[in-house]
Formats: sequence, C-alpha cells, structure tokens
Amino acid sequence: MVFVISFSDSNPERVSKLIQRTFPRGGGDIPHHKEATDGKPIVVMPAPSIVVIPLQQHIGAPCEPVVAVGDKVKMGQMIGQSTKFISAPVHSSVSGQVLAVEERRLANGAKTMCVVIRNDGRDEMVAGEKHGDLRKISAAAIREAVKNAGIVGMGGAGFPTHVKLNPPKPVDTILINGAECEPYLTCDHRLMVEQAEQMVHGLFAIMKATGAAKGVIGIEANKPDAISQVQEAVAEYEQLSVAVLQVRYPQGAEKQLIKAILNREVPSGGLPHDVGCVVSNVHTAIAIYEALSAGKASYERVVTVSGGAVVDPRNLLVRVGTPIEELFKFCGGFLGEPEAVVCGGPMTGPPVQDLLGPVVKNLSGVLALSKEEAAFDENFPCIRCERCVRACPMGLTPNLLGEYSNKGLYRDAERLHLRDCIECSLCSYVCPAKRALVTWIKKGKAGLAAENAKEKVS
Amino acid sequence: MDDLRLLVSPSPHIRDTDTTEKIMFAVLLALLPVVAASIYFFRWDAVRVVLLASGSAVATEAIFQRLRKRPVTVADGSALITGVLLGLSVPPTLPSWMVILGSAFAIAIGKQVFGGLGHNPFNPALVGRAFLTASFAKAMTAWTAPIDAVSAATPLAMGPAVSRIPDLFFGSVAGSLGETSALAILLGGIYLFYRGVIDYRIPVGILGSVTVFALLAGQDPVFHLLSGSLLFGAVYMATDMVTSPVTKAGRWIFGIGIGVIIMVIRVWGGFPEGVTYAILFMNAVTPLLNRWTRPRIYGQGVKVSE
Repeated sequence: MVFVISFSDSNPERVSKLIQRTFPRGGGDIPHHKEATDGKPIVVMPAPSIVVIPLQQHIGAPCEPVVAVGDKVKMGQMIGQSTKFISAPVHSSVSGQVLAVEERRLANGAKTMCVVIRNDGRDEMVAGEKHGDLRKISAAAIREAVKNAGIVGMGGAGFPTHVKLNPPKPVDTILINGAECEPYLTCDHRLMVEQAEQMVHGLFAIMKATGAAKGVIGIEANKPDAISQVQEAVAEYEQLSVAVLQVRYPQGAEKQLIKAILNREVPSGGLPHDVGCVVSNVHTAIAIYEALSAGKASYERVVTVSGGAVVDPRNLLVRVGTPIEELFKFCGGFLGEPEAVVCGGPMTGPPVQDLLGPVVKNLSGVLALSKEEAAFDENFPCIRCERCVRACPMGLTPNLLGEYSNKGLYRDAERLHLRDCIECSLCSYVCPAKRALVTWIKKGKAGLAAENAKEKVS
Repeated sequence: MDDLRLLVSPSPHIRDTDTTEKIMFAVLLALLPVVAASIYFFRWDAVRVVLLASGSAVATEAIFQRLRKRPVTVADGSALITGVLLGLSVPPTLPSWMVILGSAFAIAIGKQVFGGLGHNPFNPALVGRAFLTASFAKAMTAWTAPIDAVSAATPLAMGPAVSRIPDLFFGSVAGSLGETSALAILLGGIYLFYRGVIDYRIPVGILGSVTVFALLAGQDPVFHLLSGSLLFGAVYMATDMVTSPVTKAGRWIFGIGIGVIIMVIRVWGGFPEGVTYAILFMNAVTPLLNRWTRPRIYGQGVKVSE
C-alpha cells in the first residue's frame, strides 16, 4: 500500500497519523502554546549599548579571558578560551571597548566571570576564515572551525559541539532534532521555515565530520510549514530524509528521538554514539554552516520571547550578552505582572532570578508566564494514581524515586534506576497532588553522586 | 521592571489542571446515580444511612487530625467518599449507631492510623464493612426487599432459580443500599473511566475472571456478575487508587485475583458474599504486585556497541 502525503493542502497532524513516528512508552499531551509566535518571522533585535558575556556558556571547563580592560574588540573576536578539550571559546557580540572583566550574576542567579563590553555601534567584524566549497573540507578542518567558532549545543544542553563531532565509536546516522516539544518555544520551528537550506548544509558538515552516511531531520507534526520547507530542502539528496514525529512530550528528548526515528535504544548510562548516531539541534546545525561558510563565531542566536505576560511575543535574533530584560522590553514589555520568568521551555527550563542576566549561546527562549499559566509544587499526599508511572518515557516509577530521593534514601532510589531519569519533568506535570517529583529526583541524583564520591575517598 | 517580584520555583513551570480534589469530586459525582438508585429503592432509610455514614467519616477524620495536631484536610473529599461508599455497602435497615461506628472505624483504623490519605494499605470503606460484618453479623445480613420493607434473603443466598436477571440489573432486589442497581453502578463506572479516574483493567479483570470461573464451575455467569456487591466493588472499591497497583500488569493480576477469590468464596466458602475479603486480600498483595511488575526501563539490558 502506498500512502501519498501532501502537506500543502491539509492538516498533517490529522492526515499523516499513519506515518508519524513516536517513542513506544510513556509521554503525554501537553498544551503547546506555540500559536503566539510560530507564524511570525524572526526579527533582528538591535544590539544593546553594553553586553555582558559570560566566560562559561557550556558544559566543561570555563574560559580564561584573553582581553583586558580597555582593549578594543571587534564583533566575532575571541575574548575567552580554554586549553581543555571539553570547553568552547567565547566571542564578542559587538565591536567596542572592554569595560570590565568581573563576576556577574547570570539569569539563573549563579555568579560567573564575564567580559563586559561597551558597544560602539559600528559592528566591525573580524575577518573569519571562509570555506568556499563545503564538500572539499576535511573532517578535521570542520571540527577545528566548529571549535574556533565556539559552537555549543544550542537546544539547551550547551555541550561543546566539536567534542560531539569527534565520537569515539563509528556513527552511521545524524539526527537533527527539530521536535521542539517544549511548549511556547518556536525558534527552531522558525529557523526550519526560514533557513532550511542552511540547516541542511550544516547537517552535511556534521555527517562529514563524523563519517555518518545518513541524515534524518525529525520534526513534530504540529509544524507543517517547517516540514514542507525541510522536505523541499532535502528532496535532491538521497541520503537525507524527514521523519514526521507525533506531537507528544518529550518527543525531542535525545533518547526518545533516537527510539522514535531509528528504533534504537541508548543503553543505560550510554550516549547516542553507543548506538551509532549523533543528535544535533536545528540551530546548532545552522551555526555550523555559518561558521564554515562565513567564518562566523557563535555570538548571536534566535530566542523565543513568549508567555501570557508578554505584550508582543516573537522570535528575536539577539546578541549574546544582551540583558534578558531588554528582550522583554523590545517585545512591548510585560502585560500585567508576570508570575514567573523562565529560561528555555516551561517543562525543563530554570527560573530566572535576575532579569539583568545575559543571553547565552544555549538560551532557546525566555518566557514570562502569567498567574493563570504558571504553577508550582504544592506537595499534597500521593494518592498512587499512577499517572507519573504511565507518563514516564523511561519506564521508571517516579512516585517511588521522588519519595526515596526526598527522604535521602539514595541507594533505594538507585536500585529503581534513579540515574536513568532524563529529567523531562512530565511526572511533576501530570501529578494531581502537585508533588515536586522531578525536583526531588534531581536532588536524589546529586545526593547519590555525593555519596559515591565520599565512598571513593574513604 | 526593577521592583518586579518573581516566583522562583523549579521546573516544570506549568502543570496539568487536574488535582486531587477534582479526582475526589469526580468519584463523588460518579456515586450520585448509585445514591439516587438507593434512595429510589429504599427511600428514607437510604438517606439516613448515607448521611450518617458520610457525616461520621468526615467528623472522625477532622477529630483525628485535630488530635494529631495535623492540618485538617477533610476538604479534599476523600473522607466523604469513604463515608458514602461505606453507607452504600450496608443494608438499609442497619441501626444508626452501627452506621456511625462503622464509618468512624473505617476512617480511624482504616486510614488515619496509617498516616491519612495515600498511606493506608487497605480500602478504608472495606475495612469498615469487614468490621461491621464481623461484629454485627446478623444486622449486616438483614436484607430488606426494596420499598415494601419485607425481609428477604439476598439473591446470592437464594440462588439464580428465584432471581430474575432484569431485577438484578435495575436493582429491585434485596441487598445492601448501593449494590442493587447494576445500571446505576455502570453509569458511574463509565463516567469514571471516561474521566480518566479509573483504569479499565481492574474491573475488566474482576468481571472477566468471575465469568470464566462461573462457566468452568457450571454456574450462570450473568447471575454472578449482577448479584451481591460484585459490580459495586469492581467499579468503586477495587479501583481505589491508593490501595491498587500502579502498574498495568499489576492491575490485571490484581483484578483477576479478586475475581478468582470471590468465586472461590462464593462456590466453596461458608458465606454467600466474598467481595469485601477478596479486595482486602488483594490490597495486601498490592505492594508486592508493584514490585514484581515494574515496567521495563528504557536502555536496560541493551549492550553498548564496540
């Protein structure tokens, strides 16, 4: 039987249910709230007069500053780097003068060393190394260029991309994660609509760097325009394809995405390369393309500004180092008083503690949630309704994991596979007793790690 | 923006709109057709018993929590459910003081001594019912035929020859208040299923295993399904979230186990009705079922490639 699917004339969410892929267990329907921004083109936000650029915007070793107070810097100039392999350099997002190299508060409340630069408004660029024909660059040159550009996983994790492009095991398939299953966020959606070709070139570069023969872009079915754009962009390449994914949270979680598209299970404690694949985010792929084609460093990104307490929600192309407050002001300010402000998506994103905290490379969105939208833990007694067990995409028992972790019974939680939790937060979301399940589980993981470390010492 | 006070709480920042209270309210709503049927068939006795049982349950919970210096949580509706369930599972002629005592026992011993909502291993209403049956065996089996108030044996004691299936279905038979009308129970059950409060696995497991068992034993399965407190227990008692397993496989075993025990008691046991004890027994096994039937975890047992 042949299914002919056309995305142009009808709703793919309904038509193509038969070919939509998904992970087999758990998951849930959560509200999308994407309609506020998913139809609006990306808007370029003017650079602020002062940027605050953290020297650590990634998982791994922090950078050492390579500029001093008073130095003139250009846009794209490296201002911090590290000799460690797992690290990524940082670059100036404006041209201007270094005002300070000092500790500043990030949006999440943590303090870190930052380079503060006064913008001279000229946007003078450093001359980056351009690679004309992408097909002729070697794998090593791609990794080098990606490293020099300071590219990190832009979906949220912030893992240095050049490390990912150097997998210790053979890899046959690259997955581009276009699921964007977090509510409100639409930056990847808009990028797929507006820059599908660039993303495909970035995907080819990742395939080249890792030696993978195939590339698949996974997109949730609620983005029909992105699906048709990307399908058009991959049409001429046999080795590339688009996988339409069911709208189901957490479809974009790495392990669930791999299961849905390739039907492979990453072993407990393992990484995607253990099952022959590497997963990259949409924005990251585009950044790789820009680094190779134009020598552009990772100093700006698209950020979704949304939530019920924002006057005019939209996607902005923002310089790294811009205070988050400026983004909201650019979108018309707050509608009433927001109850909570969040970095990233509402399911997994940390709360914003300081609105003056800067935009960083892995910030996919900032949300101002109204009183009606925002909810928090209330911790009524567990009535064992099993909704968390049914929802867990990993097959865990979050009710017990949460309880053990909260009571400090880390070993008991470990026996129930505490460490396999991917922290998608769906257990807390579905809990009718509003228990802080995922918060306790995170605490349990930290507690377990601390206990293990103590045992090693003694 | 400078003086903005932000709520700093960990993710997730959004939550499903369903709450414990809403779930409890849904159960109460689902009990309405059964309460209505019991009032239709037993008139003022039904009103008296259900009101006394609910009032006693709520009061006991409040007094107990006050004595333990804990927040009084009767507003969550769980004690009210226990009271209504207990009221519906006793005969309409039960003396008022016994109703009050049974309901107080259900909450105090069945629920609060274990720590309150969510911590009780046994269904509190069934604990109350078992207590009443053991203490006041005669009053608890003084079945009255509906409306005309002539004492009668429960159909289970008489056997299928004398009972008419339509009477069993609509409820015009002798029995406990809420157990007589299968139609009302099914209405409530369908609502609870639709509302996502109960899992079909438990009632289907019970009714399925009873049917199979009855057929194997050469008895009329329809009579067994519609008589006694089987349907009432399968829909409202066995499905209690707190005291039933949390895994899908565990729920199948739980339901089938209840059905088999009911039939063992009905076919070979010394008294006609076994639903209370069957569910209580399987409540006791629930922690083990939870342990034995944990779902397969993603990535467990998968080999790392070289």
